[in-house]
Amino acid sequence: MSLLQSTAYQIKNKIISREIKSVDLVSSLFTRIKHVENNIQAFIVTDEKKAIHDAIEIDKRIERGEEVGLLAGIPVAVKDNICTKSLPTTCASKILQNFIPPYDAFIVRRLKEEDAIIIGKTNLDEFAMGSSTENSGFKITRNPWNLECVPGGSSGGSASAVAADVAYMALGSDTGGSIRQPAALCGIVGVKPTYGRVSRYGLVAFGSSLDQIGPLTKDVRDAALLMQVIAGYDSCDSTSVKVPVPDYMEGIESDVKGLRIGIPKEYFATGLKSDVHTVIKDALKVYKRLGVEIIDISLPHTEYAVAVYYIVANAEASSNLARYDGVRYGYRSNNAQGVIDMYSKTRAEGFGNEVKRRIMLGNYALSSGYYDAYYLKASRVRTLIKNDFDAAFEKVDCIMSPTSPVPAFKIGERANNPLEMYLSDIYTIPANLAGIPGISIPCGFSKEHLPIGLQILAKHFEEKKLLQIAYAFERETDFHLKKPPLNVSSLQGA
Amino acid sequence: MEYEVVVGLETHAELSTITKLFCGCSTKFGAEPNSQVCPVCLGMPGVLPVMNKKAFESAMKVALALNCTINKFTNFDRKSYYYPDLPKNYQISQNYYNLGVDGYMNIDVNGTIKKVRIHNVHLEEEAGKLIHPEEVGANYSLVDFNRAGVPLLEIVSQPDMRSTDEVESYMQTLRKILLYTEVSDCKMQEGSLRFEASISLREKGTEKLGNRVEIKNLNSMKSVIKGMEYEAKRQAELLDRGETIARETRLWDEVNERSERMRSKEEAQDYRYFPEPDLLPVLIDEKWMSEIKSTIPELPFDRRQRFMEVFKLSDYDASCLTEEKVLADFFEYCLSISDRPKAFCNWIINDLLREAKDRKLDIYNLPIKPKQLAALVETIERGIISSTIAKEVFSEMILTGKDPQKIIEEKKLVQINDEGFIESVIDKMIASNPNVVEDYKKGKKNALAFLIGQVMKETKGKANPKLVNELLVKKVGG
Ligand SMILES: [Zn+2]
Repeated sequence: MSLLQSTAYQIKNKIISREIKSVDLVSSLFTRIKHVENNIQAFIVTDEKKAIHDAIEIDKRIERGEEVGLLAGIPVAVKDNICTKSLPTTCASKILQNFIPPYDAFIVRRLKEEDAIIIGKTNLDEFAMGSSTENSGFKITRNPWNLECVPGGSSGGSASAVAADVAYMALGSDTGGSIRQPAALCGIVGVKPTYGRVSRYGLVAFGSSLDQIGPLTKDVRDAALLMQVIAGYDSCDSTSVKVPVPDYMEGIESDVKGLRIGIPKEYFATGLKSDVHTVIKDALKVYKRLGVEIIDISLPHTEYAVAVYYIVANAEASSNLARYDGVRYGYRSNNAQGVIDMYSKTRAEGFGNEVKRRIMLGNYALSSGYYDAYYLKASRVRTLIKNDFDAAFEKVDCIMSPTSPVPAFKIGERANNPLEMYLSDIYTIPANLAGIPGISIPCGFSKEHLPIGLQILAKHFEEKKLLQIAYAFERETDFHLKKPPLNVSSLQGA
Repeated sequence: MEYEVVVGLETHAELSTITKLFCGCSTKFGAEPNSQVCPVCLGMPGVLPVMNKKAFESAMKVALALNCTINKFTNFDRKSYYYPDLPKNYQISQNYYNLGVDGYMNIDVNGTIKKVRIHNVHLEEEAGKLIHPEEVGANYSLVDFNRAGVPLLEIVSQPDMRSTDEVESYMQTLRKILLYTEVSDCKMQEGSLRFEASISLREKGTEKLGNRVEIKNLNSMKSVIKGMEYEAKRQAELLDRGETIARETRLWDEVNERSERMRSKEEAQDYRYFPEPDLLPVLIDEKWMSEIKSTIPELPFDRRQRFMEVFKLSDYDASCLTEEKVLADFFEYCLSISDRPKAFCNWIINDLLREAKDRKLDIYNLPIKPKQLAALVETIERGIISSTIAKEVFSEMILTGKDPQKIIEEKKLVQINDEGFIESVIDKMIASNPNVVEDYKKGKKNALAFLIGQVMKETKGKANPKLVNELLVKKVGG
């Protein structure tokens, strides 16, 4: 296996033992980016110069025998809705084109403290609103497994970059499945941590009560490694929780014998593609071999999850996005007369259609006379959905389902049908509403040889258990080692 | 027709915390524009608010001082509206679960005590300030965000006031409470205390409230009264003509002393309130509440009553002393040293207050400390110096900060009680003013005052005036 195809964990040891130099790794990575990027369009911006500079510094420190961080010399990509002081943070929106934040997000500071090399910012659906990365204001990212397909979304750039081996690990954000779904569609590992586990400070808000930053990685061990870096309390985020961070790597090999796995019947109903269903059933057989107990469960309020989500998330988004008005930063329309005109032209010209649609839906749900019927009712149903999970976890240790009802779909296939697009997140949304952690791991392929993801959900703050359960599967299978048919030689001429 | 005016007031008070409500920026007034800002109070993408505990506790303190019920579960809501001085285009405020509800405040209206109910007390963030360029035809405005995010307390009264006197007393009483609880500096000229009035009229003797009109831009207490008078008159004229009052918001024009329509009720903003997801709800337990309660000092209204009852001060004296907490504290400090309330009261409200005003100083920052004032009063009461000399000693104390005993000693100001000596001076004066003595004997009573004056002058004011009087009367026969 080439160095670029290795995992971060494997590379990390080689860098520290001085078997390889970070700077060489970074250089060859950027060479590959140059070859691959035209096809996959994963990045909004890359910073080769700074990456090389940082890598040289880390190599020097290792040479001098200095103590280095957990991610020393490892190239990491960051979703472009996470603030970086040195790089533009655009949220893939024209309204923030060229915007450079005056501060680093908490998790970016953590990456730097652990000596990671930030190579660039990845593409997303504008303001993370979408499930295909087609809603980007700048470019459409492609799925490395089939360039005519979407990578999923909204963290499509991060997922595509990791799957195409142009980043060892990446950070994404998950509001309704935006880490897990693209991870599934690109055949990699994606974790949505418990709400409050990772600081949101510096994550450009979409649905504040749902958003959570998490890792997209090549395998489960790398996910544990990145979780170790980003998890933890931050006094700048009032919703971050003071729960001690366990050692995610320690005991990851623990066996799963006797584990009770819940299978929610509502997740295997209509809309689930048959080959996805087959692959999931095969995955469960792997677990059965490992001595688990499979238990049928019910999450009775599942059918309301998508509706509740689109009320809550859009209501919060309509308010979170009100600040993009052209007054202080970002895009400002230059053909406006007066302040009201400046607001409306700036926002009309700066936001894409999907963002506008959601702002309107959100404002509607919050408007006087509708608040009780929509937002308040949705909040109550949200509690019922949470109660469903609480009841289920009385009986089982984790819940398994497909991550997405379908594998990667064709670019443009769902673009004009927002409702169908919204249903892509039907299995991932409930975890955000309940605030519980979830992971998606590669578990097989569709008839078209597109990756399929297995979603595992657990109780609040049980990321460690999730990682152990996921690792048990990974150790028995080789889906995570499969690489997309995207190789440099075949692309060079393209 | 005779109308009754019905008024409710919304009061905004900036809390004088060191830092802003949701970030660490300074709240100091008057700094260079946009020098006290950070990503949080500028509403940059990705920032999050963190509650200033001190501000929250100050708000709770006021809610308790206004006899509100404290909501055990309280949270913050986003109030959405677009304005360039509002960085996020929503204000973090409270709507669904206000910190304090259903309170009241007693006010004194020309000697009658009236209870005004408080609808709610809640905490929110201040907006920035627009600066419009003076140049003619300028096509831009500037924004200063230094005030953006300063903690702002809103106190909403019920429509319980019926006259300008009541409104005036409400504003003064509330201002004093905010000063006494030390939560706000209440500087109206700096905008840290502001009022908005809602006014309606109804036929005298009827119950049903009329359509109310809100008046904004009332920049001083005087404006509130003027704006209220104007509005009552305007509405009365409309009603007399048989017209209905439009529910609207009007802006007071201080220069021309009139109000103009800003927007009608139909145009009113839909603030789309919903719970602020970036802040956790605040749960208030008994322990925390009683902790805060214990920091509330005796409030001006109660203190005034006590001063009148316990120290037998007049309404006027008690009101003067309790006008400011520092005055009343100074007074009680003196009383803890010696029990002469009336004397201290006179010195404080006449002399000390005048000196403080002249020097634009707080009474506590004058060089005279309570202990020294008490000592001065004691020397008078014991007959060591006369009250005339005392004024001289006081002036010296203000200048030097020296103890009165020391000044009396240095300047040899001790009162002369030696009868023999005083008699000798009297003899001298009688001898050199025979005409005056004659006048007195003829019945001209004020001739005696002249002679006393002469004796005092001769003794540089140090002779005991009571003794001088007695001895003089004896000498010239009375
Ligand atoms: Zn600030």
